[in-house]
Amino acid sequence: MFKKIREFIIESCIRLSGLLVILFVILIFLLLLKESLSLFGVYPIKDFLFGTKWLPVSEPPKFGIIPLVLGSIFVTIGAIIICVPLGVATAMFIAEVAPPTLKHILKSLVEILASIPSVVLGFIGIVWLGPFLKETFHLNTGMCGLTGSLLLAFMALPTIISISEDAITGVPKSYREAAFGLGATRWQTLWRILLPAASSGIMASIMLGIGRVIGETMVVLMVTGNSPILPHSILQPLRTLTATIAGEMGETVSGSDHYLALFATGLILFIITFIINFIAEVYLQRTRK
Amino acid sequence: MSSAKTRQNIAFFILGLATLVVVVPIIFTIIYVTIKGIGAVNWEFLTAEPRDGMKEGGIFPAIVGTIALVIGTMFFSLPLGVLAAIYLVEYAKDNFFTRLIKLCVVNLSGVPSIVYGLFGFGLFVLLLNLGKSIIAGSLTLAIMSLPVIITATKEALETVPASFREISLSLGATKWQTIRNCVLPYAVPGILTGTVLSLSRAAGETAPILFTVVCFWMSYLPQSAFDQAMALPYHLYTIATQVPNIPSKIIFGTAFVLIAIVFLMNLVSIIIRAHFRKKKLW
Amino acid sequence: MVNEVIIKTKNLSCCFDTNCVLRDLNLEIFKNEILGIIGPANSGKSTFLRSLNRLNYLNPLYSQTGQIIFDNKDIKQIPDNILRREIGIVFELPQVLPVSIYNNIAYGPKVHGVKNKEKLDEAVEIALRKAHLWDEVKDRLDIPAMKLSGGQQQRLCIARTLAVEPEVILYDEPCSGLDPISTAKVEETMQILSESYTQILVTNNTKQAARVTKRCGFFLMGELVEIDETTELFTNPKDKRTDDYISGRFG
Repeated sequence: MFKKIREFIIESCIRLSGLLVILFVILIFLLLLKESLSLFGVYPIKDFLFGTKWLPVSEPPKFGIIPLVLGSIFVTIGAIIICVPLGVATAMFIAEVAPPTLKHILKSLVEILASIPSVVLGFIGIVWLGPFLKETFHLNTGMCGLTGSLLLAFMALPTIISISEDAITGVPKSYREAAFGLGATRWQTLWRILLPAASSGIMASIMLGIGRVIGETMVVLMVTGNSPILPHSILQPLRTLTATIAGEMGETVSGSDHYLALFATGLILFIITFIINFIAEVYLQRTRK
Repeated sequence: MSSAKTRQNIAFFILGLATLVVVVPIIFTIIYVTIKGIGAVNWEFLTAEPRDGMKEGGIFPAIVGTIALVIGTMFFSLPLGVLAAIYLVEYAKDNFFTRLIKLCVVNLSGVPSIVYGLFGFGLFVLLLNLGKSIIAGSLTLAIMSLPVIITATKEALETVPASFREISLSLGATKWQTIRNCVLPYAVPGILTGTVLSLSRAAGETAPILFTVVCFWMSYLPQSAFDQAMALPYHLYTIATQVPNIPSKIIFGTAFVLIAIVFLMNLVSIIIRAHFRKKKLW
Repeated sequence: MVNEVIIKTKNLSCCFDTNCVLRDLNLEIFKNEILGIIGPANSGKSTFLRSLNRLNYLNPLYSQTGQIIFDNKDIKQIPDNILRREIGIVFELPQVLPVSIYNNIAYGPKVHGVKNKEKLDEAVEIALRKAHLWDEVKDRLDIPAMKLSGGQQQRLCIARTLAVEPEVILYDEPCSGLDPISTAKVEETMQILSESYTQILVTNNTKQAARVTKRCGFFLMGELVEIDETTELFTNPKDKRTDDYISGRFG
């Protein structure tokens, strides 16, 4: 009798846990939405979404997120240009070229990269990469978008490499055998058969990499400088959506418009990454077929 | 040599070059931080408090805070993550609800860490009135760690042969008895590996703890879960960017200790995985 | 000999999604008999067997109409875990848990609440003796069950089922992976067990059915074509299809 009650309780907890996962996503969205709506009560949403000046401490304060959005876009594009070719190429090397021992070492190194905390990479950006770029390219300052892009590319590499490598390795053996049977070289097989077959997985990895880059906070906070103005080039200091929240939250008064505006910025981030992850999941579903 | 072979050699060479470009910075980063930081690490560094505005002394409170956060995160995320995974693998039917849960797990894994920080601040610190505290920070980090634990547990459960379940049920065991006796014990290695991995990530995160638990400096160690705490990632951030004139040896030393702790945890998870792979029960 | 009916099916139909593998089955099973179920592949034999202890429901696509009566009760009224204790099953391939011989057998009694070590020891010994495995393993009960040979493992599975004291034992092609000597040992065990248990044997091997069973039913494409005393069925089948199958014209 007691056994039955105990089992019922345990199974209820199990079912509840599944529910809680959905609940958390909804809670995050609702919390951000609630504060954002409070903001849009006093500050027009059009000015928020399309305003080109982010001046939270001016009189009256301006909360236009375009400079921040552009900042995020600039560093993201910069990062993607670097990490996608490098990542996919490395994935190809690990999957098809490297002998087993080397493969093992490389995969371990990529895992090591994935676990380096972002604050440490940001620190490296400040003490080494930033000054290095400033010297080499004769920039005004090393704390600019380019430094951020390079470090972000570095951070997104493990995602792209491991998922792409899985995708390439996951192509059915029959494809390879058919190609070799027709006399193709390993490279031809890789380039013409395996890559296209793995394309859904690779696309998914790129989407997830983009999501990782857009959502990164500490690196950009530490190295891209601190000016939330409209960026014209990646060699300038700029601000991203993430760094703005992290950098300014400490200075706001709870409940003030600035405070609400930061939550609204968080909402925009949440929506962007939600969409990116959804697209990535769609691509991943295709690979599972 | 045929032109196709030549093209292959060139192509593979370029691929190798790309790999090198990826790998060299990884090794460089580790060596750089180690060389510049290991000099600062001695017994005093690890066990003393910072003095003289962080310019001297050690990082002990930050280490304690990080350990407290890791334990707190595990306390909340492990049971919830394992139970949710058990639901998905053993109980859920293939319907809309289940697909929704899986989609939510994917989404939780993609939420930016700073958004978790905002959420934790809004919900745990303010709404639930926990204040900036270890418990608020742990809860925030726990939700952030859920997707990794759920995914690792799911995979571990799915690896257990279906025949075990069939045998147990055919002998008249109930569903939960089957899970508890014939499935879970064999999934433990995978669960442990995934948990330690996710905790190593949590230990290195800064953004989620910015508004939920950390303070710049405390003159005492946290006395309870409702206290604030210092933490290594935040400490590194502060002394690297907010406080001037700190000897670079100390900053590098802090970075080194942080990396060392994260890598140590990673190593533990790898050892767990290798140990159980060797045992190979079936 | 009183022929008491222990299981009865009424218009039983079993379907996986839209594919119905068993249609309108009406069959009686008598207490303490060894009933054989023969027929070519995909006739619904295993599905029939597994409908008796509701193992088919592990497949989410499964659906069932009709009734199964066990001990004068509709089995829908009996909770799954109690039903499966009364009706045990031995699978085609020896499937043992990755634990010791002792723990494999003790698992059943343990989940049904037996905690006392002496009672468990006793249950394990009785089960192993009934399955004719005791003498071979009594000195090494702690070794992993996976170290036993295929035939020994299959007898272990029988012992495991016996340990929960069922009334009925189902066998789903139990000897298909075994060598002739192990097969003979399993068949011998079944003969001795029939004094106390009702047994249903699904087999692809008509000769085995002839050796072991008293009554035999021939299934073809989801239908029970004919059921009779084994000797009658094999020498004097009433349906041409039965005759064709038994003489090997198809299979």
